[in-house]
Amino acid sequence: MTLERFFRRRPPQQKEGTSDDLPDLWGKCPKCNAQVYNKELEQNLRVCPTCGYHHRMPVKKRLEGLVDAGTFEQTSGKIRATDPLEFVDTEPYTARLERSRKKTGREGAVVAGRATMGGLKVMLCVMDFEFNGGSMGSVEGEEITRSMELAASEHRALILVAASGGARMQEGALSLMQMAKTTFALEELASLRLPYITVLTDPTTGGVAASFAAIGDVVIAEPDALIGFAGQRVIQQTVRQNLPEGFQRSEFYEKKGFIDAVIDRREHREHLTQLIAMLTNQPRPEVTALVIQADPPKPPRGGLFGRRG
Amino acid sequence: MALEFEKPITDLETRIAELKTYGVTSAVDMTEEIALLEKRLERLRLETFSTLTRWQRVQLARAAGRPTALDYIANIFTDYQELHGDRAYGEDAAIVGGLARLEGRAVIVIGQQKGRDTKENIARNFGMAHPEGFRKAMRLMDMADKFGLPLITLVDTPGAYPGIAAEERGQAWLIAQSIQKMTRLRVPVICTVIGEGGSGGALAVAVGNRVLILENAVYSTISPESCAAIIWRDAKEAEKAAEAMKLTARDLEKFNIVDQVITEPKGGAHNDPEAAMQNLKTALLEHLAQLEGLDESALIRDRAARFRKLGVFEEISA
Ligand SMILES: [Zn+2]
Repeated sequence: MTLERFFRRRPPQQKEGTSDDLPDLWGKCPKCNAQVYNKELEQNLRVCPTCGYHHRMPVKKRLEGLVDAGTFEQTSGKIRATDPLEFVDTEPYTARLERSRKKTGREGAVVAGRATMGGLKVMLCVMDFEFNGGSMGSVEGEEITRSMELAASEHRALILVAASGGARMQEGALSLMQMAKTTFALEELASLRLPYITVLTDPTTGGVAASFAAIGDVVIAEPDALIGFAGQRVIQQTVRQNLPEGFQRSEFYEKKGFIDAVIDRREHREHLTQLIAMLTNQPRPEVTALVIQADPPKPPRGGLFGRRG
Repeated sequence: MALEFEKPITDLETRIAELKTYGVTSAVDMTEEIALLEKRLERLRLETFSTLTRWQRVQLARAAGRPTALDYIANIFTDYQELHGDRAYGEDAAIVGGLARLEGRAVIVIGQQKGRDTKENIARNFGMAHPEGFRKAMRLMDMADKFGLPLITLVDTPGAYPGIAAEERGQAWLIAQSIQKMTRLRVPVICTVIGEGGSGGALAVAVGNRVLILENAVYSTISPESCAAIIWRDAKEAEKAAEAMKLTARDLEKFNIVDQVITEPKGGAHNDPEAAMQNLKTALLEHLAQLEGLDESALIRDRAARFRKLGVFEEISA
């Protein structure tokens, strides 16, 4: 047996032993089951080094990975959700909101702000799946609309990174109306010939997929992201048959002609910058390589082979 | 067929009809009894329909015998010429539309069409459009824009069809494109929810300068059944979901999602379709007259301003 195979057979085990013995240094890739050193995963923009699986990306990390270092200036966060419907299901909507606020430290599922990319002025909207599944209510629709308006008035290209289960049920038809409100706001950008580029990440479905996310001048997607209008459970219940392999994934929609390109997250920075430069007819910018600070990987305490039993 | 909560009313109606027949055939004077029962019927109707729950409204919105888009088109408009096909993939019978005249004025009309019986419902996929349906609607919108004809839409769908082929052909994209097309139309656009306004599939044809709704119609981001399935993991909790979702005409009016609630005849549109249609026609003519004073760019600005205001949130004071 080679040493390498021995390693593979006995990877460090996660969450075994006591917690102080094994902090969360290692994670497991849900796609290929490989043990991944978390710091290495972060340096790799949360793309599995073994199989390329794209783990969900926290908003802050996403922004770091995209914009020129230190240039992001947040414009969102000045409004907060109320509970216009006084919606109560298994718990009040207000309690759901409070939980999402605590979890994310945010008032809504959209983080927006100004930045530069390769020196080009941009506006970014990034949706946070951690806030109530990235669902779109009044606040989210308003943040996106304001960002579109701001981008137009400051002559910035707009990049929108979608991650959402769709319209937020707890705000009823008000959520639905955000689909139209945001779409109206795109007109001013279009008339100024400012690029609007959408990046679809896992998941982009429902009312978000069926409005502003779908109608970018360029629409790119991360690999293997779930995209579509209807949820898979609903489709299955409707058609009563198994869904085909790879159904509603990025690659599926690229093949069907609805997505311009499926692009690895590690290339977004370069790719998006060059797209904006060409669409706005500017000289080719130099995009500085991304450096994410992280310590070199260390094996977990307890030895390279981890603890057993 | 009567809905569960309408049963006491229809029972009473049957009794009155029986008495009337008996009065004629037996030559016994039943006038007094009949008058008494008719008074009671009136009161019962009033009580039932003034205290409708949201779930009962949902049932009314979906009631068999409720006028469908084509019924309204046949009654309100003249010279209707239906235009078929999306010029790209096929014909989708869940969305109908074409040219017509409204009191002599040429318009484009688009309707979401449910079946009036099982056979038609199957042919029309219960009013649930595929991408080609939305593409057909968009083609008709283009025609309205090109020829400067007002666009009238009638919304009545449980939602866009959630099927494999629909997703393959880009359901999300077609809904988004249809919404976007409506934001750009240089003609008056009046949309009316006549029955069920189901989610993005409804909004795709409901981005108007005016959005009207019939008194017993509903409009929501998800059906009560689906909402219940997600939250309570049980579609049978739809009644609870309907209450929570605030999806009735009067609810929507409060949030300015609709501009006018159109009164339905006593007992709902299915009890007196002619009256319901007349009410809608009056409203359409009124709103059209208001909008025809606006020029092309003013129409677009008016529509954008209408939707810009929608949403409820609060500013955080620094
Ligand atoms: Zn992996």
